[in-house]
Amino acid sequence: MKPFGKLAALALATLLTATACGGANEAAPAKQGPQPLRMTIWTSNEAHLKLFNEIAAEYRKTHPNVGEITFDPIPFENYTTTLTTQIAGGNPPDLAWILESSAPDFVSSGALLPLDDTLRKAQGYEFDDLTPSATKLWQAEGKLYAYPFSTSPFGVFVNTDLLKKAGQKTPDEMIKDGRWTWEEVAAQNAAVAAKTGKAGMVVRDFDYKNWDNLASVWSGWGARAWSEDGRTCGFDSPEMVEAMTFLHKSIFTDKAFPGPGTTPDFFAGDSAMTITQISRASLLTDATFGWDLVPLPAGPKGEYSVIGQAGLGVFAKSPNAAVAADFLAFFTDPANSAKLAAYFPPPRASQLTTETLAKSNPLLKPDQLEKVVIDGIRKGVVKPNHTGQAELSQTVRAALDPLWQPGADAKAVLAGVCAKIQPMLGA
Amino acid sequence: MAQTHLKLTVADRADAPPATGGARSDGGGRPFWTVRRRDNLVGYLFVAPQLIGSALFVLLPLGLVGWYSLHEWNVLAGTFEFVGGENYDKLLADANLREVLAGTALFSVGLVVFNLSLALVLAVLLNQRLRGTAFFRTLFFSPVVVSLVAWTIVWQFLLQADGGINGLLGVAGIDGPNWLRGEGTAMLSVIIVQVLKNVGLNMVLFLAALQGVPAQLYEAAELDGAGAWTRFRRITVPLISPTILLTSIITVVGSLQVFAQIAVLTQGGPGMSTTVLIYYLYQQAFQFHHFGYGATLSALLFVIVALLTVVQWRMRRKWVFHEA
Repeated sequence: MKPFGKLAALALATLLTATACGGANEAAPAKQGPQPLRMTIWTSNEAHLKLFNEIAAEYRKTHPNVGEITFDPIPFENYTTTLTTQIAGGNPPDLAWILESSAPDFVSSGALLPLDDTLRKAQGYEFDDLTPSATKLWQAEGKLYAYPFSTSPFGVFVNTDLLKKAGQKTPDEMIKDGRWTWEEVAAQNAAVAAKTGKAGMVVRDFDYKNWDNLASVWSGWGARAWSEDGRTCGFDSPEMVEAMTFLHKSIFTDKAFPGPGTTPDFFAGDSAMTITQISRASLLTDATFGWDLVPLPAGPKGEYSVIGQAGLGVFAKSPNAAVAADFLAFFTDPANSAKLAAYFPPPRASQLTTETLAKSNPLLKPDQLEKVVIDGIRKGVVKPNHTGQAELSQTVRAALDPLWQPGADAKAVLAGVCAKIQPMLGA
Repeated sequence: MAQTHLKLTVADRADAPPATGGARSDGGGRPFWTVRRRDNLVGYLFVAPQLIGSALFVLLPLGLVGWYSLHEWNVLAGTFEFVGGENYDKLLADANLREVLAGTALFSVGLVVFNLSLALVLAVLLNQRLRGTAFFRTLFFSPVVVSLVAWTIVWQFLLQADGGINGLLGVAGIDGPNWLRGEGTAMLSVIIVQVLKNVGLNMVLFLAALQGVPAQLYEAAELDGAGAWTRFRRITVPLISPTILLTSIITVVGSLQVFAQIAVLTQGGPGMSTTVLIYYLYQQAFQFHHFGYGATLSALLFVIVALLTVVQWRMRRKWVFHEA
């Protein structure tokens, strides 16, 4: 072999050896000494991180076998993509927050460690205190694959100053009059937009792309993205057509909702109302305007609630899986769950009381906690989720885009959505 | 003569005794470390970093893409199964692919035409001996050194329905469109944002080429009565055609690799109107977790880039008149 050939062969052999050693998904054996743990999260809020680090430090005091516990924030927008890329790159975390939209994929894949045994055996854990409605999404074949650490209902934050400026009644008055309905609320927002030049109702994080947030509207019409078993498209149902026709008219005719391509921020005082989860209340600490938090307006099918969920799971292939599960049991035990309730509504029935939540949510009044949080969790439906949600979500977004134009035919667009996704639903 | 002399010199040196007494001798008494071998070793050591880098970061990933395209890799379940040509069958049957390829072609053609035309016009204008040309050269080149994502985010705000562009149009009494939400305007917006970002680079290359065109050719043409357009067409374009070829190859290849602009501005929408091949590849592999199919799309992209480059290179014989 010529020298060049020898050199090339040597380089190739070295590379192949390095690649083989790097083996994509093979978990490295646990190292000796204290085991470090890494948990991916999507918050980088300083208060959240401070609380997590305090809980971790307390755990390490009694567990010398555990090394540093790192909370690794990943931006929310690309959270699941980044997490799966880390897994594909052979660098999975030991624990991870998981969004409700990707729950079916993670739970059914076998990627997560079943937690039942660890949690039931943990001293003072009170496993049966976890409400079945909160754990349902995170179970498969009777096993719990992630702890539902946050069950957060959607509510409506209202800028009461803007309403008064536009000569509109406050939400309290509307609720007392029995007029807290979508028709009335849309009219109020249209009036604010017309009289103040500010935006009306903002469905936060929707931005004419993340359509699953619209479940907070269409659920009032009894519409669902797909059937309970996930096999039949629901976008072409009469309820969905009616809900989306209302939404389209409110956006393009009445101007009650800001149109596509605009980004008013309620928390900066740019809009009259916003639909979002209660954890956003922290953005109102220094609010310069009067505000209120009220339940979602009633739709034609009456009162309803929608909840977003997040789970906390342990990766089965982590070399530290057992230690990570033990830490999860500590992190979510009754005492720490009560602390976490300051930001994340807990799944424990005993902690879903106005008194408990009031201690950790000083910005919210007992009445708001009762009506929005406790009632919301009790009767809420979870945002749309399905196996292969990312691909479904993208397909729906692309098929739904023609609806966000003036003069769109809602019925035809929604039939088009079903034509695209029905084959993916597998019926 | 010079070549003969060189050969003799090298041959003489190859047979020369070792420079130091420490060199190992092979069995026949001839020293192993001849000057020729030493020279070869030095040469290989010099190219080794490039060779290893290319093997590690180009050839190996290229091979792995081919390998992955024959597998279905479920990242969550941790399975990696050989599926043969299934991903290539899926490629042929993919209903979205036609729209994606059409969008990719539209983007590439739009980018190349706008970018090269504007770069050439700017270069010709800034090649004049006028006051302030240095300022304008810097102005047009400066976006090249700005962070791509920062540049795109700024344009995202400018292109919103109530953004700066429509604000300016409003001053002129024009009701501007919703640039990033209309099927036609979204692609146009992405192209223009990309053109403005990189036109300065091609402009500088064209400027350098223009300054290499001998002035006496223009003087002779002027004496012969050639007008400005004829001089440009008959002298400038032929003499800078090697640079036109270079910039067109760079721009075409670059246009097929556009990602951040799409990810920030439109995420492939509205509908699939701005979903170009590389963004579709990203969606399949990293968002939908179809890594095998993503690798198959990578292979398709590689073939397209290679074919376009070969075609352009072959075409140079027809339209590059002054190749050094």
